[in-house]
Amino acid sequence: MTDLTEDRPLLEVEGLRKSYGDRLVLDDVSLTVQPHDVVCLIGSSGSGKSTLLRCLNLLEDVDDGVIRFDGGEIADPRVDPRVVRRRIGMVFQAYNLFPHLTVLDNCALAPRRVHGVPRGEAEQRARDLLETFGLGEHVEKYPDRLSGGQQQRVALVRALCTRPDLLLLDEITAALDPELVGEVLTNVRALAEAGTTMVLATHEMSFARDVATKVCFLHQGRILEEGPPAQIFSDPREDRTRQFLRRVLPA
Amino acid sequence: MTQAWIPSERELDRRDVRRRQRLFSVLVATVTTLTVFGLVGAVVLSSPGWPTVQKTFFDWHHAKESFPSVRDGFWINVKLFLICEPIILVLALAVALARSARSAWLVPVRLVAAFYTDVFRGIPTILLVVLLAFGMPALGLQGVPNSALFWAGVALVLSYGAYVAEVFRSGIDSIHPSQVASAEALALSRSQTLRFVVVPQAVRRVLPPLLNDFVSLQKDTALVAAAGIFDAVFAARDYGNYNFNYTPLVVVACFFIVMTVPLARFTDWLQRRYAERERAGAR
Repeated sequence: MTDLTEDRPLLEVEGLRKSYGDRLVLDDVSLTVQPHDVVCLIGSSGSGKSTLLRCLNLLEDVDDGVIRFDGGEIADPRVDPRVVRRRIGMVFQAYNLFPHLTVLDNCALAPRRVHGVPRGEAEQRARDLLETFGLGEHVEKYPDRLSGGQQQRVALVRALCTRPDLLLLDEITAALDPELVGEVLTNVRALAEAGTTMVLATHEMSFARDVATKVCFLHQGRILEEGPPAQIFSDPREDRTRQFLRRVLPA
Repeated sequence: MTQAWIPSERELDRRDVRRRQRLFSVLVATVTTLTVFGLVGAVVLSSPGWPTVQKTFFDWHHAKESFPSVRDGFWINVKLFLICEPIILVLALAVALARSARSAWLVPVRLVAAFYTDVFRGIPTILLVVLLAFGMPALGLQGVPNSALFWAGVALVLSYGAYVAEVFRSGIDSIHPSQVASAEALALSRSQTLRFVVVPQAVRRVLPPLLNDFVSLQKDTALVAAAGIFDAVFAARDYGNYNFNYTPLVVVACFFIVMTVPLARFTDWLQRRYAERERAGAR
């Protein structure tokens, strides 16, 4: 991991715009993420949370705006996206594990092939992390053998094995049944407490309230309101935010 | 939201960079292509034997002279292909389904199907063509055509049916068990599951290797020349033997290329359409 200076934002987004054809998905989005921040993106489906995350690690070309990562502009077409992605980890809603590789090989693939970590070291690192995440007994299994919650935790470990400076989590509990949500969120919470910088889209409001350092409410492609969780959840300024929270929070 | 959006300076600059990057890759493509083909051409044209080769293989006069008979012979290749291909598809799918049947009643069918693929994939196609085209008419069977052409076609169907059956089977095997589970959960029967869920997906997945076998079959229709049937290759060799010139063979080659290219483009198009429709541009 590179040294991150505390006073400089790790990620700065300014005036980000993204459209698919006529449909405007992100409109003038600005966001600042400091090292050790846990930023939660909330909002109804289709509000642009996933697209924003995909823009951040350059899976999507942006139509306008600036994305600065660790001080450098990364949305520029002259930037090699792979150089950026080496430092950003991402976990998807549908796990997206490689079904033809064992859990261990899933986790060791990028460290070995992209980061040039020797096999023994990469596998040891993966084993240690899997052990920490309570997956020690599944190391040699293939992903389809595991439960959804276990698979998602493996996906989390896979993203962590490259020791990223920033972790992007795209509704990682949305495909899990409630019983399994807990085990994944426990892992994420531990990461947050250990100081991992994260941007996550989530529908788990109580989790966001507990763990986030900043909550952003997205509506129709814009960040309508942002602030510390205490403020957003108990005293939202915007009507839209209030309506949204009324719908998703138990009375 | 509704006010017109004016791209920022930065965005305009990015578009400029992207345009230049695109231009650069077009340039690279053009230069490398010209260089490679230029070099190959130069090597061939400057080789010591080129004048002789040009006279025996690329003679315009002989190309024109042999064209009509090659064209007439080629019609046989086209007919063979057009008739054999649909039969092969049906036969191969039937064999593949028979091999993946699970019912106890169908064990004999499964064994026959396995035996068939083992045997007919093992025999060289040219051997099968010669054996059937010469052997079967000699039996003097009643009720079936006794022409060599008919039996050569049968040989192609049997040989290719075995190959294509394996392609289908690998496609069927590659469909994830969860698909079968969800079809069964809807109370579809085993055969309905295959027909409405598994096979349609399998066929899409094996389209490229299937095309490979189609193209291969188009070319292998030329094997019937070995049984003395007057197809394009036989006509070309016939002409060559009388005129001591091999240009007609090159003409035949051109005929075959012209026939296979449209099929390749058609499959590309079909694949793209499936991808657009079912994956909605996901990556």
